[in-house]
Amino acid sequence: MNIAGKTAVVGLGQTEFSKNSGRTELKLALEATLAALRDAGIEPSEVDGFSSYSVDKVPEYEIARLLGCKEVNFFSQVPHGGGAACGPLLHAAMAVATGVAKTVVVYRAMNERSWYRFGTGSYGFSDSPIFQHVNYGWYMPHGFHTPAGWIGMFAQRYMHEYGATTEDFGRISVAARDFAATNPNAFFYEQPITLADHAASKWICEPLRLLDCCQESDGAVAMVITSAERAKDLPNKPVYINGAAQGIAPGQQEMTSFYRPSITGLPEMGIVAKRLYAQSGLTPQEIQTAVLYDHFTPFVMPQLEEFGFCARGEAKEFVRAGHHARGGKLPINTHGGQIGEAYIHGMNGIAEGVRQVRGQSVNQVENVKNVLVTAGTGVPTSALIVSDQEAE
Amino acid sequence: MSDKPWLDKIKAIVGQQYGKVYAWDHVNQPMIRQWCEVMGITNPLYLDEAYAKTTEFGQIVAPPAMLQAWCLEGLHMNNYPPGSTDENPYEVLKRFEAHGFESVVAVNSDLSFARYVHLGEKLYYTTILNDVGDEKVTALGTGYFVTLVMRFYSEQANGADEYVGQLTFRVFKFAPHQKPTPQTDDAAPAVPKILRSKPGISQDNAFFWEGVKARELRIQQCQSCEALQHPPGPVCQHCQSDELSYIVSSGKGSLYSFVVMHYPEVPPFEYPNPIGLVELAEGVRMVTGLEGFAKGELAIGSEVELVFNEFEGELTLPMFRKVGA
Repeated sequence: MNIAGKTAVVGLGQTEFSKNSGRTELKLALEATLAALRDAGIEPSEVDGFSSYSVDKVPEYEIARLLGCKEVNFFSQVPHGGGAACGPLLHAAMAVATGVAKTVVVYRAMNERSWYRFGTGSYGFSDSPIFQHVNYGWYMPHGFHTPAGWIGMFAQRYMHEYGATTEDFGRISVAARDFAATNPNAFFYEQPITLADHAASKWICEPLRLLDCCQESDGAVAMVITSAERAKDLPNKPVYINGAAQGIAPGQQEMTSFYRPSITGLPEMGIVAKRLYAQSGLTPQEIQTAVLYDHFTPFVMPQLEEFGFCARGEAKEFVRAGHHARGGKLPINTHGGQIGEAYIHGMNGIAEGVRQVRGQSVNQVENVKNVLVTAGTGVPTSALIVSDQEAE
Repeated sequence: MSDKPWLDKIKAIVGQQYGKVYAWDHVNQPMIRQWCEVMGITNPLYLDEAYAKTTEFGQIVAPPAMLQAWCLEGLHMNNYPPGSTDENPYEVLKRFEAHGFESVVAVNSDLSFARYVHLGEKLYYTTILNDVGDEKVTALGTGYFVTLVMRFYSEQANGADEYVGQLTFRVFKFAPHQKPTPQTDDAAPAVPKILRSKPGISQDNAFFWEGVKARELRIQQCQSCEALQHPPGPVCQHCQSDELSYIVSSGKGSLYSFVVMHYPEVPPFEYPNPIGLVELAEGVRMVTGLEGFAKGELAIGSEVELVFNEFEGELTLPMFRKVGA
């Protein structure tokens, strides 16, 4: 069976995004979940399924207990952090489409900035035989220990092979901050930047500058997924899940897939793209806007290529023409992305996809029918297509 | 009297005086200038003779806060100038160690000054064990506050040495609640030294790290299909055989990609920290730190060669340097 068009996002809720929420992750999760359920017009006690993804430390049973859920039949947590972002919607769609659950809440709640900070380069790895310690033991002793560093290794090779420049990375950052500047929920509201600002920002890890890196943020986002049939009876315009997929490609590792024959593409994203287009029956030309995961600007470029918006190695021409920016032929990250709005590990990008289909984005693109949303790059990943009509 | 006879013995030496510890150098302009530079002090009274002459001092004086600096032993521990006492003012701390209070943390370092010192003066200090407190339980552990007072003098030709100031130095000598904090020396605050993290070693990759110890760069090889793979695993990724051995790399390679780590600066690494994705002559890639490249010299395709570097904490790492560097 094909899950396309069988389910819909019917409720959306989120907290404010900040650098210090001042409350627990559990509280954030409940605020977002309750807001999503109110938005959907569904009683909290009706929820019978949950899905989130790793690094989120809020257990679904505690949310269920506090929501007063009567019977919960489905729960999952997808691995690989940001790469998992669209995974919970795939899981929810599968659960609802197969009758395992009726009403699934997907959520993300983290005090990433005030409690963890992924960018510090200190993760407490030791010399134990546990796989993660063996795996990252190839890098940590050399001081090669930040996500920006790992991404930089791919970016340097991408620039070398395709002639892209750090200025091209800057174009992605400038476009994101332009959208953030008109989004009151964005941390960088009313703070656009120029290419000169980008070029003047300090090196984090050559070839990445500060303004190539996303923020670190506190906040939560939640959504409610139910059947397409039921969605028609609920208050909001249904946002149909017409494609959802996860992907691991040959030679895959988590941030360190340096050993593949080529390291300039994102083959796991290619696998996901193929699946999404097959599920939805859509082509790249039928996508009006996309949310492409932007933890770091360089990996936005191979995503444009893997999803067929341009040919391999030609994303630089795409961004030089401004196709990705406000008014372009495929505006991306209209909420400001994780660079401009907030780093909620991709879940805020899915929220923007939902708003674009509903016609409620502060940077609304005209005549949106289908929105592509991707998840974290460089890791086992996921993506989805949400639409205003059910897939055939 | 306490219920601890050993403690009574320690307390009995309170008031003990220890002999002179001399400064290696007379008060001098180069040390003042360097100290001011490091501390970010630009007061011309310490640096500009012409200006100093216009002041009430009539000459350059040393910053008062330098007082302790004049009489420090320098780079090598316990290396004091000739004429200094052989007595150890910290003997009281050793005595506590014999009773299980092996950790130490400095809690107070208070300077007071009687007068400015000027260029050419020869300084020394004497020490008095001023106080040993009663047992205290703190967040760090259980132990005793010990107070030493160092009195600083300027030696005078006529023998009437002049008192110039003093340092009251208090430490907490304690037995930690849990595991002991690593120590540096008796009187310095104990700060654990941050070392490079060690690699995780399992049955799947032990041959690699044993090779590093033996100064060999080992690449896993499948005995069944002869394919090489790095990072190694418990089976061959091409044929899934678990009949695995290794070859020893020539150590020759070139840069397939690279980055230069700048921020955040995490100890103990030096920044900028260049990291290479090296394609070895044998065909596999490996990530290591790089050396021998001048700023801006890194380039994809650069020839590199293997070196082994030893680091503190019994860690040896294979790294690559620019050929000819």
